[in-house]
Amino acid sequence: MKEYDIVVIGGGPAGLAAAVSAKCSGVENIIVLERDKELGGILNQCIHNGFGLHTFKEELTGPEYAYRFMEKLYKEKIPYKLNTMVMDISKDKIVTAMNREDGVFKIKAKAVILAMGCRERPKGALNIPGYRPAGIFSAGTAQRLVNIEGYMPGKEVVILGSGDIGLIMARRMTLEGAKVKLVAELMPYSGGLKRNIVQCLDDFNIPLKLSHTVVDIEGKERVSAVTIAQVDNHGKPIKGTEERYTCDTLLLSCGLIPENELSRNAGVLMNSLTNGPIVNESLETNIEGIFACGNVLHVHDLVDYVSEEAKKAGESAAKYVKGEQINNNNNSVEIKAIEGVRYTVPSTINVDRMEDMLTVRFRVGKVYKGAYVSVYLDNERIMHNKKKIMAPGEMEQVILVKNKLKEQPELKTITVKIEDE
Amino acid sequence: MKDVIIIGAGVTGAAVARELSKYDLDICVLEKEEDVCCGTSKANSAIVHAGFDAKAGSLMAKLNVRGNEMMDELCKDLDIPFKRNGSLVVCIHEETKEGLKDLYNRGIENNVKGLKIIDKEELRKLEPNISDNAVAALYAPTGGIICPFELNIAMAENANENGVEFYFNTQVEKIYSDIEGIYHVKTNNGEYKTRYVVNAAGVYADVIHNMVSSKKIKITPRRGDYCLLDKEVGGHVTHTIFPQPTALGKGVLVSPTIHGNLIVGPTAVDIENREGVNTTAEGISDLITKANDHVKNLPLKKVITSFAGLRAHEDNHEFIIGEVEDAPNFIDCAGIESPGLTSSPAIGEMVGNIFKEKLYLKEKPNWKKTRRGILNPSTLSMDERNELIKKQPAYGNIICRCESISEGEIIDAIHRPLGARSLDGVKRRTRAGMGRCQAGFCSPKTMEIINRELGLDYENITKSGGKSNIVFGRTKGEDR
Amino acid sequence: MEKRELTCIGCPMGCQITVELDEKEVKSVQGNTCAIGDKYARNEVINPERTVTSTIVVLEGDKPRVSVKTKSNIPKSRIMDCMKEIDSARVKAPVKIGDILIKNVCDTGVDIVATRNIEKL
Repeated sequence: MKEYDIVVIGGGPAGLAAAVSAKCSGVENIIVLERDKELGGILNQCIHNGFGLHTFKEELTGPEYAYRFMEKLYKEKIPYKLNTMVMDISKDKIVTAMNREDGVFKIKAKAVILAMGCRERPKGALNIPGYRPAGIFSAGTAQRLVNIEGYMPGKEVVILGSGDIGLIMARRMTLEGAKVKLVAELMPYSGGLKRNIVQCLDDFNIPLKLSHTVVDIEGKERVSAVTIAQVDNHGKPIKGTEERYTCDTLLLSCGLIPENELSRNAGVLMNSLTNGPIVNESLETNIEGIFACGNVLHVHDLVDYVSEEAKKAGESAAKYVKGEQINNNNNSVEIKAIEGVRYTVPSTINVDRMEDMLTVRFRVGKVYKGAYVSVYLDNERIMHNKKKIMAPGEMEQVILVKNKLKEQPELKTITVKIEDE
Repeated sequence: MKDVIIIGAGVTGAAVARELSKYDLDICVLEKEEDVCCGTSKANSAIVHAGFDAKAGSLMAKLNVRGNEMMDELCKDLDIPFKRNGSLVVCIHEETKEGLKDLYNRGIENNVKGLKIIDKEELRKLEPNISDNAVAALYAPTGGIICPFELNIAMAENANENGVEFYFNTQVEKIYSDIEGIYHVKTNNGEYKTRYVVNAAGVYADVIHNMVSSKKIKITPRRGDYCLLDKEVGGHVTHTIFPQPTALGKGVLVSPTIHGNLIVGPTAVDIENREGVNTTAEGISDLITKANDHVKNLPLKKVITSFAGLRAHEDNHEFIIGEVEDAPNFIDCAGIESPGLTSSPAIGEMVGNIFKEKLYLKEKPNWKKTRRGILNPSTLSMDERNELIKKQPAYGNIICRCESISEGEIIDAIHRPLGARSLDGVKRRTRAGMGRCQAGFCSPKTMEIINRELGLDYENITKSGGKSNIVFGRTKGEDR
Repeated sequence: MEKRELTCIGCPMGCQITVELDEKEVKSVQGNTCAIGDKYARNEVINPERTVTSTIVVLEGDKPRVSVKTKSNIPKSRIMDCMKEIDSARVKAPVKIGDILIKNVCDTGVDIVATRNIEKL
């Protein structure tokens, strides 16, 4: 059995950044396993611009952003295997993988970094009534067909869900000559970034109907029409509001789900709100030496944050491998997400182990205008920041300072919540 | 001129084709769709019924129990999975408990083996997730689960290997017999002549029957909505859980599937449209309510797809199998609704016997009883798997992540007898695209394989034949 | 005086910006949190610009399409003209990231450049 210090599962933005940072932290023996035929992950099909403002201070397209990190990987001479599917990760960190050349093989790893990314919520989960013809695509599948393969999935399109991929595909399909008739969104707010509504919908006069959903799909062989209706506060369609749109294609952009089948089988505990592993300040899961970062941990809006998080996971894994991780599991403080804050990543902090500053990311449960993000150390409020606007579609963050936490040796709970005043 | 034309390549047509392929006959199957298993056979509960449900003394009861008996050997011969997981008819009202006894007695009369009425304690031991309201259940150990696609496809493949021809995209428009009693079957793809016709046309069996007979029959499409749940929750129940039957049928069941998902369904709504396989909001919500009556904590958030199927319901709720009175040599297999899947091998056998009575059948000396299934590499040891990958590297390339299906399996599905030509064809043979992402990741890759292996342009690749094309040509108006 | 409400597309923050206009002259920009927002708002009310991203047909490449972008923004009104040129272009592999594939697209003074590598088949 081959042995590696660190096995990185996934060669997308998270995996690349994690591998590079682990190497730069002094670990030599690293391998990246990627299931696709090239590195870069989903960024390869995200050909639009808007990536990298944080990381590189310039606006890049997805493939350009991926290439920057690929170059770092090449420069660090970190080995990687393409077209390689990881089949299993065991509790004791034996990774079983398979490809055409090596067949099925096992690798013993000192540390594993989970960076498998996420997948789109499937059409079945939406339980849309109607037929099941050709012409129903998840937005990401359509994106791959158009941008990588060069095929047109349809000519007259209705999009359900205003997630970023859906918005981006509305523009993309329009530029390629399709007619995008509308974007319907079940929630009373958009799931995507505001800038994408401006430059992907408004620029092309594509209507966005909030609080609407698809209530019927017609067409036995290929989609021929869909009916949309307004929904009430419980998401139930309101009778009499139905509108029928003839179309040949229905794109679905209704959210992303971290891909954690491998993690679950390894015994990694999950957070039911993020659908990703529960991690501590080092981005380490409940299983010692298994770390997680990127969209497999929680779905991000910005790849820059993925890279940042992955860098941290790489550093933590390196520390673990080199035996530099502080061996004290007792000083763990829980981060509670309440009153408008749906979850935080990480969800526990070992104050001894944390860096001088720690970014805690979270999402809110609804749209807030002019509300405050507050952080409490037990009962003491240490942060109270007014935010113009917060929405579930956009990730928020607070930065915790180690020294501040150290001041309270008896600290039990850190609470993050939204307050009206 | 053919000896026998079988109309319909569903599970009934395939079973009849396989049975008759034992004999020295020139047989073909006409199928209006692009593949086998495209109608009622593809969307049902995937259950091998024990046989206590059908009216005692009915043909349905007889063929159900016989089909159930035949299933072990048949599945072994056809190299497909089958499991007797046992079924439970669960009573949730003290006052209807007597009904279980009636069902038990009917089962005994139908010759169903191993039936037992169990109390709520025993029931809870068997099924911890059974409803708190459950008071007793009828336990049938012979009940089982099977993949209807695989059963249908395997029987058809085996028939094909034994010389039966299949003509797809061939819809029967008219049938008449000439003065010599030869049937002329007119289709959209030309006319076929034959001595015998077997009508296995599912929800269209009445239309086909009524083309030749003055004694009309009526088949009503009875739609059933289903939800299929993620494998993650496939173990929520281990037996097939039925409610007590009503006049409308066996009701909404909750069952594991042979491949480890959880299936919930069906509803029962009589409709006009014989192609009306659209799910409805009412149907799905009805389904959920009813399923929750018998099983608690159903993880309905884990639905990966919902779909609808049509039962070919005949007015008298009985199989019509036999020679049509005023149409000699025209044999009906009509009204084949549940337990049709279970009964299919027995229907094949029965039709075989009808033929034996009518004419001297010469057995083929080289009839091949067995069929090699599509290899499932996950059943191999690591060494065996590596040996396979060394010889055929395509088995090392995973295409469908959710179900772990390799390129090798997909290539096999395409090139085997009656091979797949569409995404659904690949899906039904290999399960690629059946998993939790519902083909989001693998469909472009499967298209690439179909394109390469069949030389079919992308724009001509379909989801399920006809006009179900996936893409509309290339971007940039580029010609190939 | 005319007031216009904009959502900045300069970065994912998506600041809500209010611009006060007198005829064609910007009087004030409010609500932005950085210089990009100010620039965006001033441009957007007078001469809106966008980056266009798409793909170009590759001949003899290991992939059928190469992703491309306008090297800098072009006038919003020219997006569709620009797409026509992009659609009719054909390039031969290999292509290197940053290669200029169309010079001065639609006379905008802006080049179309490749945003990824394509190997020769």
